[in-house]
Amino acid sequence: MTAAETTYAGVPGLVSTVSSFDELTLVVDPTRIVETCTHLRDEVGFNVLVDISATDYLGYADTEVAGYIGTPAGRDINAVGSQGPRRVPERKPHRFSVSYHLLRVADDPARVRVQAWIDEGDELDTVIAVWPGADWYEREVFDFFGIGFRNHPNLTRILMPEDWVGHPLRKDYPIGGEPVRFSGEE
Amino acid sequence: MSTLPAARIYDGTRIPAPVPTILAIDPDAHVVDDILTVNFGPNHPSTHGVLRLVVDLDGESIAGIRAVIGYLHTGFEKTMEQKSWWKSIPYPARVDYVSFQANELVYVLAIEKLLGLEVPPKATWMRMCLAELTRIHSHLVWFGTSALEIGAITAWWYAFRERDMVLDLFEMVCGTRMHTRYFQAGGLAEDIPEGFFEQARAFCKRMPKAVDEYEGLLDKNAIWLQRTKGIGLLSAEDALALSQSGPIVRASGIDWDLRRDMPYLAYDEVDFEVPVYHGGDVYDRYKVRMDEMRESTRIIRQCLDRLETMRGEPWIADDRKVVLPPREELHTSMESLIHHFKIVTEGYTVPEGEVYVATESPRGECGCYLVSDGGPKPWRVKFRAPSFAALEATAACSRGAAIADLIAIVGSLDGVMGDVDR
Repeated sequence: MTAAETTYAGVPGLVSTVSSFDELTLVVDPTRIVETCTHLRDEVGFNVLVDISATDYLGYADTEVAGYIGTPAGRDINAVGSQGPRRVPERKPHRFSVSYHLLRVADDPARVRVQAWIDEGDELDTVIAVWPGADWYEREVFDFFGIGFRNHPNLTRILMPEDWVGHPLRKDYPIGGEPVRFSGEE
Repeated sequence: MSTLPAARIYDGTRIPAPVPTILAIDPDAHVVDDILTVNFGPNHPSTHGVLRLVVDLDGESIAGIRAVIGYLHTGFEKTMEQKSWWKSIPYPARVDYVSFQANELVYVLAIEKLLGLEVPPKATWMRMCLAELTRIHSHLVWFGTSALEIGAITAWWYAFRERDMVLDLFEMVCGTRMHTRYFQAGGLAEDIPEGFFEQARAFCKRMPKAVDEYEGLLDKNAIWLQRTKGIGLLSAEDALALSQSGPIVRASGIDWDLRRDMPYLAYDEVDFEVPVYHGGDVYDRYKVRMDEMRESTRIIRQCLDRLETMRGEPWIADDRKVVLPPREELHTSMESLIHHFKIVTEGYTVPEGEVYVATESPRGECGCYLVSDGGPKPWRVKFRAPSFAALEATAACSRGAAIADLIAIVGSLDGVMGDVDR
């Protein structure tokens, strides 16, 4: 057990700890996120929520990766690449990951990433009560990925227009598929 | 290093509830108290871009406020997922168009972290030098426009005089004045040009005097003092709770700077002070930025000293799978030609994984969260935009303020709308 793992051993809802690229990720139970975050703020001293980022892993590891080559029809990631041996990345357990980047502003600064894995339609509890700054970050995740946050007092779109259909940063959202507004041909 | 202040800016919290970013009023107040709802923006000359504010006014004081953003949303993060790592480097600079090199730097650092690439010292020091020049550039634009917005027109002309000198240096280095794309994964795009050191030293000589001039314009100006002192208060506790960073927390008494407390590049090898003020108002945010320009000049001088001893050293890593081969080799070496072709057409592949890299940009913590699936294109790019976080504090800062002060408050938070909306 490393020192980092000992520090976070008592975190409620902790599923596993992953250490890569000198960064520590705490994979946690999505249903207990508020409990986890409250513990990290009060017991471990993470007083700043730096960022909430979601990632859509739809289609991840469906194809091998090793570069791509251009074809007349465009770029095809499935075409045989030539940079290093082709391989398939490891599959992810669920479709979405929601990463909370925490920072301890203190004499012994530290960072940690709290990661919850969820599937489409699943919701997380809001952490506004833990860090009020989560308000806009959660709205951004909702806007771009359609991930809901239970008990959020104002969960509306933030960067896309209110009447927008779809969640643009999902991998199944088309590129260049939206109609051009004010083109004079409407 | 970072201690919460002894002096209290105000008791308790001013963060609105239940929504921390909206100062809401009782809907009946419109009828009972004669509340007037006024819309500012999105194209208002004093909102630093396209920010829309919906303000409920009780006489001249702000009873309610709501910020509406997204007018400048361009989908940078989605676009970058479609480009190879190499081709997506120009995008971050367009995200925050006032501190372009700070964003470029954080993206390149994140790619290098995933690649595990060693960067030559000359590139590291030059990056630091340019990052600090960007800080000065950004603070000058902030200073000029914010003072202009509350009526001090002269400051603008003074600020943009020195801003032009910074842009001249950028032009010298890479040919363009803004959106430089000078940082590559692995180092720099080009060697430092002849004459750069002389011109940069002339700038360093001038800059401290120029900052004295700016302060001379404003620090004894009774109107400026009245319009900034005690306005837009934000306590240290509230600032941290609202995810604030950079000059905003330093003006609220928190001694915190990523350059010193969690060093990256070679910031642990240079000597500089972190200015901290305890008032938490618009005036202290101005003072922090003024002092930071002086400290940045000090850092630039140390960078120049170090860089001058590195003439002839490599400016980019010698990793042919990631870095373009030297131009002259293309005529003589088949391997170089192949590598060049591969990198430009396919792009390089980046190992699978996720990283978060944070730097101290002029506006605070500028972070980049990258996910790679091991292929030639990023799976996910996310920028932790300091301006986005800064605007979250609008409601807490403008509680009970006069409507005329709203512009000073929003200005002091220094949100660049490109960075907010991405």
